[in-house]
Amino acid sequence: MTATDQAVAQAPAAGRPAVRANASARARRAKRLSRAGLNAVALMLTVVFLFPVYWMFSTSFKSNSQVLVKDPVFFFTPTFEHYTTATGVDLFWTYVRNSLVVTLAAVFLALLVALAASYAIARLNFRGRRGMVLVVMMAQMAPWEILIIVMYLNARDAQALNSLVTLTVIYFVMALPFTIWTLRGFIAAVPKELEEAALIDGCSRTQAFLRIIFPLLAPGLMATSLFGFIMAWNEYAMVLVLNKAPDMATLPLWLTQFQTNFGNDWGATMAASSLFTVPVLIVFVILQRRVTGGLSAGAVKG
Amino acid sequence: MLTVDTEEPGPGSAVKTAGRTGRRFAPPGGWLPYLLITPAVLAIAGILGYALVRNLLISFQEFGRRQLISHTTEWSGLENYRRVLEDERFWASLVRTFVFMAANVVLIMAIGTLIGMLLYRLGKPMRLVLSIALVAAWAMPVIASTTVFRWLFDTQFGVANWAMRSLGFSGYEQHNWFGSGFSTLAIVTLLIVWASVPFVALNLYAGLTTISGEIYEAARMDGASGPRIFWSITAPIMRPFFLITTFLEIIWVFKAFTQIYALNAGGPSRESETLPVMAYIEGMGQNQYGTAAAISVLTLIILLVALSFYFRLILKQEKEPQS
Repeated sequence: MTATDQAVAQAPAAGRPAVRANASARARRAKRLSRAGLNAVALMLTVVFLFPVYWMFSTSFKSNSQVLVKDPVFFFTPTFEHYTTATGVDLFWTYVRNSLVVTLAAVFLALLVALAASYAIARLNFRGRRGMVLVVMMAQMAPWEILIIVMYLNARDAQALNSLVTLTVIYFVMALPFTIWTLRGFIAAVPKELEEAALIDGCSRTQAFLRIIFPLLAPGLMATSLFGFIMAWNEYAMVLVLNKAPDMATLPLWLTQFQTNFGNDWGATMAASSLFTVPVLIVFVILQRRVTGGLSAGAVKG
Repeated sequence: MLTVDTEEPGPGSAVKTAGRTGRRFAPPGGWLPYLLITPAVLAIAGILGYALVRNLLISFQEFGRRQLISHTTEWSGLENYRRVLEDERFWASLVRTFVFMAANVVLIMAIGTLIGMLLYRLGKPMRLVLSIALVAAWAMPVIASTTVFRWLFDTQFGVANWAMRSLGFSGYEQHNWFGSGFSTLAIVTLLIVWASVPFVALNLYAGLTTISGEIYEAARMDGASGPRIFWSITAPIMRPFFLITTFLEIIWVFKAFTQIYALNAGGPSRESETLPVMAYIEGMGQNQYGTAAAISVLTLIILLVALSFYFRLILKQEKEPQS
């Protein structure tokens, strides 16, 4: 908008000032009108995109008599009964613990292994570097959902069904390629000269890495690990097939357990969905800028 | 930004120096890089690579419940492939997968682009409001949003039926939205598009902000119309973004499993099966592991063909720093 004003302000110098001024007034009026139109469209889109999220939260606070109605209730006094039901199920805290353990372990492993690999790819020249890039790239596109059956057979043959370790290892490998991919970008962005200067000052390569590069990578590490976190936190298909034992299940399975063949407890389902979504939502809102800026070169969607 | 070349800062400058000095940095034997990539290679090969190889092997085996229990291996050559290729359900599923994928990707790209450009033109407060809504949709865990969509379209108490009735449409008393494969997939499409548009829109907006406003000003002074500006300026500059995003969306939609399975388990009567869901149902549902493996091998081949273009694109970018 300011660019337009400047351009308009400069315009009279180009000759025929009166016509230009007239035209610019008309343009400004048209602009204000179209701005109102755009705002209206944006508002509509906001409602569309927020509605499912709003409906999840609002349902979770309704009493059963307000949930199970043909014509939805929009105004009501909130109740927490569904949250009590959702968190009151047997093994709820086991699910929470399993989810946290598996997710954190997978992310930590992925960071550790990816840090080494991405440093090599970004900084060192070696035979097979392009091959490695190709492997990472293909692995990043890996259709895990298509391999569920064979993952089940592998885990069964290794007597590793219903194991948190198996799940951790799988999530680690799922998160690894994009962690490498993304960290590589962050490492490449650190000026080479900083590292060289440290080496000249007598640092070893390890020291140079730990003292110079590592601190500069902090934002990259944080953003990458949070993406790994979200991926592992949300994973549903693998845990559905591999960890059928209730005490080895994670929160995504807990979330679906209020829907049964005998009927759905929608209030509890929505309360569980809300509880499951809130941590991710908070992380996303905080990190959104970094996510759209730095991470999008990798496949960052679940 | 989601462009091919913004990954490296500057026009490849950092990588160029990295490549040149890297050789000087490398220890005499040059073992360090290999040591560093070994854990990653082992992990990927051990878990993913092994699964891919075994999947291929099983696709040539007779592998049902009996073989699963007795741990026997019965080779059957191309029998599974013959069975799959003769099964008309496979072809129906293949066509369905492609139509479904095309519809989703076109919708995601078109709507995402429009919203991205809208974000660019909005004033600050409204942009913030819309961004928050987009981020909320983007952040919803897939299993949570799938569950919510089931609730929105519930036969008895769903808000969708109420909305249709309120708008004056008849026949939405207890309308079952999951009554046919087509309408099930239509709801999956709605869900996937709703969840995927924010990624495209927010990234496109981030990309647009890097284009100098003067180019647009100049074009507007020359009397270019909105669509003309898009096709002559925005589209060419953002070409890498559109290419990569389209391919990512193709992959993501192609292998969508949770949404379809958790929404209606491929039903009713397997009418909403796409290839990944079909492989799962053949395997876990029918205990036909060999057939399931054959389906997933075929799916992988199809996916690989669709991806090869994208791989070439990235490899080309990877080559430049070394030249």
